[in-house]
Amino acid sequence: MRDKSDSGGMLDGVWRFFASVRLTVAVLLSLAVTSIIGTVIPQNMTPFLYLRSYGEGLYRVFDALDMFDMYHSWWFRFLLLILVVNIIICSINRLSATWKIIFPKTPVFPVVRLKQAKHKETWQVADSPESVKNRFLSYIAKNYRTHEVQPEKDGFLILAEKGRWTRLGVYAVHFSVLLMVLGGLIGSLLGFEGFVNIPEGESAARIRLITGNAEKDLGFLIRCNDFDISYYENGMPREYRSNISLVKDGNVLVTKDIRVNDPLRFAGVNIFQSSWGRTPGKRFKVVFTEESSGVTYESEASLGEEVQVPGDKGVLILDDFKSEFSFKGVNLGGVFIGRLALKDQEPTNVLLPVEFPRFDRMRRGEHVISVSDLAYSYYTGLQVTRDPGVPVVYVGFVLMIIGCYITFFMFHQKVCVAVIEKDGQTQVAVSGILGKNRPGMAAVAKQLSNRLKHLR
Amino acid sequence: MSAEIFSIVTFIYGLSVILYVAAWVFKKSFLGGLATWVTVAGAAGNGAGLVFRWIESYQMGIGHAPLSNLYESLVFFSFSLAGIYLFIEFRYKMKSIGVAASPLFFLAMAYASLPKVNSGIQPLIPALQSNWLIAHVITCFLGYAAFAVAFGTSLMFLVKPVDGRPGTGIIGLIPDSDILDDLTHQMVMFGFLFLSLGIITGSVWANQAWGRYWGWDPKETWSLITWLIYASLLHARLMRGWQGKRIALLSCLGFIAVIFTYFGVNLLPGLHSYQ
Ligand code: HEM
Repeated sequence: MRDKSDSGGMLDGVWRFFASVRLTVAVLLSLAVTSIIGTVIPQNMTPFLYLRSYGEGLYRVFDALDMFDMYHSWWFRFLLLILVVNIIICSINRLSATWKIIFPKTPVFPVVRLKQAKHKETWQVADSPESVKNRFLSYIAKNYRTHEVQPEKDGFLILAEKGRWTRLGVYAVHFSVLLMVLGGLIGSLLGFEGFVNIPEGESAARIRLITGNAEKDLGFLIRCNDFDISYYENGMPREYRSNISLVKDGNVLVTKDIRVNDPLRFAGVNIFQSSWGRTPGKRFKVVFTEESSGVTYESEASLGEEVQVPGDKGVLILDDFKSEFSFKGVNLGGVFIGRLALKDQEPTNVLLPVEFPRFDRMRRGEHVISVSDLAYSYYTGLQVTRDPGVPVVYVGFVLMIIGCYITFFMFHQKVCVAVIEKDGQTQVAVSGILGKNRPGMAAVAKQLSNRLKHLR
Repeated sequence: MSAEIFSIVTFIYGLSVILYVAAWVFKKSFLGGLATWVTVAGAAGNGAGLVFRWIESYQMGIGHAPLSNLYESLVFFSFSLAGIYLFIEFRYKMKSIGVAASPLFFLAMAYASLPKVNSGIQPLIPALQSNWLIAHVITCFLGYAAFAVAFGTSLMFLVKPVDGRPGTGIIGLIPDSDILDDLTHQMVMFGFLFLSLGIITGSVWANQAWGRYWGWDPKETWSLITWLIYASLLHARLMRGWQGKRIALLSCLGFIAVIFTYFGVNLLPGLHSYQ
């Protein structure tokens, strides 16, 4: 705490504002409440999708408030900045007081407070006070940082203290928060995150970044030598695996099988197995089965090409292929999406799942259309990232855990062992106080008295 | 095998609820002793069931720790909750907390037995094939369990009359406000440490699997929201006039966030690379 007498200035008011725990609670709760927004409004989608869900008016308002990328918005970052300033100023403010506790010029034991502490364990021993003294003292000397003996009427007090340094734990926690924010900042300034799809046997040098619509040149080629999927018996995917090589100037730098949870890390760039897909081979067959007779007609086709419907009834164009498609909650696998323009009829869309050739019956047309003789080529979807902030964040993680453990479960304790002769008997009383008025002194007193009782 | 064990455990936990309430209302110590032993039996069965399920998954050739889906996480949650509760009861020699805690581990098991929760042993999809899975789930759920006990003690704190009068009837049997407040604080500290560990192991895992330690997806974000609420609770204690009731309310709010992180997030729009 600062001295009141040097206050008064506005600067001092600002300082006190930023040092206050009240501000901390306000900022932490504000961060919690505003974070909810981004879990309700999906983030970073295309304006088209937002317009469709929210309408023009609401879209404008949300967009102006950066709701569609709120965790990177100026106001969310501003809250983080206040938190950081709050932590720094608060720590500076308190450090000198904490320092005086940890490194006092003249350590003193608050004898009266210690003797009257709430939790106390007492018992009696048969020996005289002097005869237990050495036993107790050697135990205390071994287990406590500092101790001293004070004579009392008919006996003595052993005063001992340990764990002063644990008061630094909370500074570790607060510093770890700063490290995490700093690491995040480093990552967003110097790192990148992007995607690239590479067909088997092909290479790519550029990735598409997830922010903005930008591309990035990696300075080397990623070549996908092979891609494999394997399944469990029940059809669930077991493993996605890509064999990739990094190639520069015609030289292979490194080759590795990458899997989910097992990326390739090379020169600060990380390459992850992220998704996969398949593209239909260039040519395949479209099969028209006449519903009434069961007669089939086949034509060669390729994507985007017009196919004549048998009997010169019209044309079919297959525009698009999706390697995974769900229809009413059922996964159909790969499907073609096309337009069917029959003479004298409105054009309609058709959905042709490769693995379900009878699916098109649902359209109730004269012909059931299906696709066959399709060869696929697979591509692997890779996530490519670089984040020089990670080590800083990880140090923050470790510090946070160590700091929390120290602050929560290790105490600055001062204890008093009173050994007094009374009515020919020797009474021992163990009492003490914990720093920061923590609960748990009862347990500490009980443990210490158990140890002392069983000393030999 | 493990499935039968878990239905018996659900039944035993139901019995503990009845016994804790009966011991409390009728102030009979033998009922309290019985309640404790029944709960110990339930927790032992719960733990044994998890071990059996683990073995069964290996017998099916898809061996993995039983921590991979909603069903298994509920069973593990129940186990941690019963374990932490028993630890508290043992350490503080107080059975009345059981009235608030036992319904929680019973409800978690009962919810797991609902038909809509798929109880089959499934193989691990690629994203879950990592040793981080075990560390992540165990730490998160120990944290959640501690917060659940804190929720129980906070509720008891809130129903107790404020003026410090002992209160009459059943309310009068609630432990001292000071003790409840201490217990809430202890549990929140324990929970905070483990939730931090849970979030951190999750981050490291995400960095391993997807190349980013934080991606603001709804589940991640809700765990952060929970963490922020408990962080503000720890600081609110330091403010004048914020001890006691407001802390208990914050602890309840925190637990609502826990529940939402656990169940509610599935209601929100979200993207995952692999389903
Ligand atoms: C995300 C940010 C923060 C986290 C995770 C955090 C964490 C913690 C933790 C775990 C404790 C120990 C609580 C206890 O002993 O029960 C603590 C105590 C404290 N924090 Fe923070 N804190 C944060 C931000 C801040 C800020 C911005 C301030 C600035 C005023 C602050 C001031 C304090 C103070 C004064 C204490 C008490 C220290 C003591 O007992 O000696 N904290 N904090």
